[in-house]
Amino acid sequence: MSLLEIADISAFYGPSQALFGVSLSLEEGEVLALMGRNGMGKTTTLRVISRLLAHRGGTALFGGHDLARLPAYRAARLGIGLVPEGRRCFGPLSVRENLIAAARPGPWDLGRVVALFPRLGERMGQQAATLSGGEQQMLAIGRALMTNPRLLILDEATEGLAPVVRREIWEAVHRLKAETGLAIIVVDKSLGELASVADKAVIVEKGRTVWSGAFGGLSREVTAQYLGV
Amino acid sequence: MGGRRETMVNALLLAGLLAVPLWALWADEPFTITLATRVAILALAGVGLNLALGTGGLVSFGHAVFFGIGGYAMGILAFHAQNYTPLIEALSIPGTKSMPVIWAVAVLASALVALVIGALSLRTSGVYFIMITLAFGQMFYYFTISWPAYGGEDGMSIYLRNSFPGVNTLVPFNFFAISYALLLAVLLLVGRLMRAPFGLALSAARQNEARLRAVGIDPYRLRLSAFTLSGAITGLAGALYADLNRFVSPSMFSWQTSGEIMVFVILGGVGRLFGPVAGAALFILLEHFLGGISEYWHIFLGALLLGVVLFARGGLIGMLAGEEVAHD
Repeated sequence: MSLLEIADISAFYGPSQALFGVSLSLEEGEVLALMGRNGMGKTTTLRVISRLLAHRGGTALFGGHDLARLPAYRAARLGIGLVPEGRRCFGPLSVRENLIAAARPGPWDLGRVVALFPRLGERMGQQAATLSGGEQQMLAIGRALMTNPRLLILDEATEGLAPVVRREIWEAVHRLKAETGLAIIVVDKSLGELASVADKAVIVEKGRTVWSGAFGGLSREVTAQYLGV
Repeated sequence: MGGRRETMVNALLLAGLLAVPLWALWADEPFTITLATRVAILALAGVGLNLALGTGGLVSFGHAVFFGIGGYAMGILAFHAQNYTPLIEALSIPGTKSMPVIWAVAVLASALVALVIGALSLRTSGVYFIMITLAFGQMFYYFTISWPAYGGEDGMSIYLRNSFPGVNTLVPFNFFAISYALLLAVLLLVGRLMRAPFGLALSAARQNEARLRAVGIDPYRLRLSAFTLSGAITGLAGALYADLNRFVSPSMFSWQTSGEIMVFVILGGVGRLFGPVAGAALFILLEHFLGGISEYWHIFLGALLLGVVLFARGGLIGMLAGEEVAHD
């Protein structure tokens, strides 16, 4: 059984339908690139997976549990760790407090997060709101890891960051893939970076899955048609 | 919470609160000791509210319920003990004048009521939450007014101070010491809790609920736990306050009492651990000195409150210790 099995889900924001039939599946330890142009439903799909938005049609299973019946906090406890778009740390809390507020038992602890992002170790007592954008992103990833997830969701994790910081984030993603059995869903605009880490890809267009398969199977025609590159 | 300067301010506050009754003991001024005892007890009530209001962002206008329940727990138990009548006739359960037993009953009863009120009111937020907590307060107020068995509108007088093992509680300084020790213990507990994942998550819930859910924490349960603990602490303060006055009345449940506890918290600094201590001290000082000049002293209190809300959001602690800083 797949770790995550999303089949033909639809979702709405009030009366407006945003997803019309998204499907994807992910095994333990796999990295999936969720792709598509802006406004096509990537973030909405991630919000449905992390239960911040309820889906109406289709099925969503995580580790055999029906996500439709779970509130967001229960889904997170099952092992879905979301790093939302725009970083979004708890600004008034310090780095350490952000990390321990979310901590749950498991292999990920403060020491391991600091080993992944040494910069955070230097900023433990600093208020999260005063960190640079890159450091806030590292903190957001660290906070998700402190919940000891089975699935890590990175939504535009390198968006708007300096190239040197983006490199650090991508190195961390590579380390997570190589050193842990974590399944990862990545949304990012950098096709080159995605190619270096992703095992499979799903492309959404106007709220529907229009292509899925091994990342290596993405042809120029497909990327040109759906991603404009 | 906060930096080194705030720790200094907090230590000075505690030292001052201890120094005043010690001086009064030396100068034989028992009334001053009673004033200091009121500060300690009202600060304790404020520490309870501050956990919900300051850390959790829950604007409860019904904390007088817990203050009153603590007060009536003491009043009812002591009333039956002094009259040698059983508390529950069928089971022959007697009243008691033992402070630790009274405190335990006050804490448990107010925690239980806070759990029920919280379970209902925390399903709402904003102005609805304020109105529901206020409505519960008024329900208890009118219930005690129409409860003749325990004094109704006139309340109940208790003729003797309750007892604490090995301490003569009738000596004003001894009763102050008990109240002060309880305040210290609760400050220590709440201080630790605010730095523990529970307190941090509670603070995070105030900032962004959805973000908290995404890391696996249910804000409702978290807030309910905080509200229950908050009610229990205010209930303990109510039991002590009733013991200090040896009198309980429905006014302990009134919305004015809820408002006064909120005033201590705002004056001292919302969300600052020692805010209620500073706020209660300032309130009692104003009441004592301005109250001697004019019976309309609340006008000055109102002006001060306006000034704090408009110009010093961190309250007295914020003015003395500066902005709140993140902690290591």
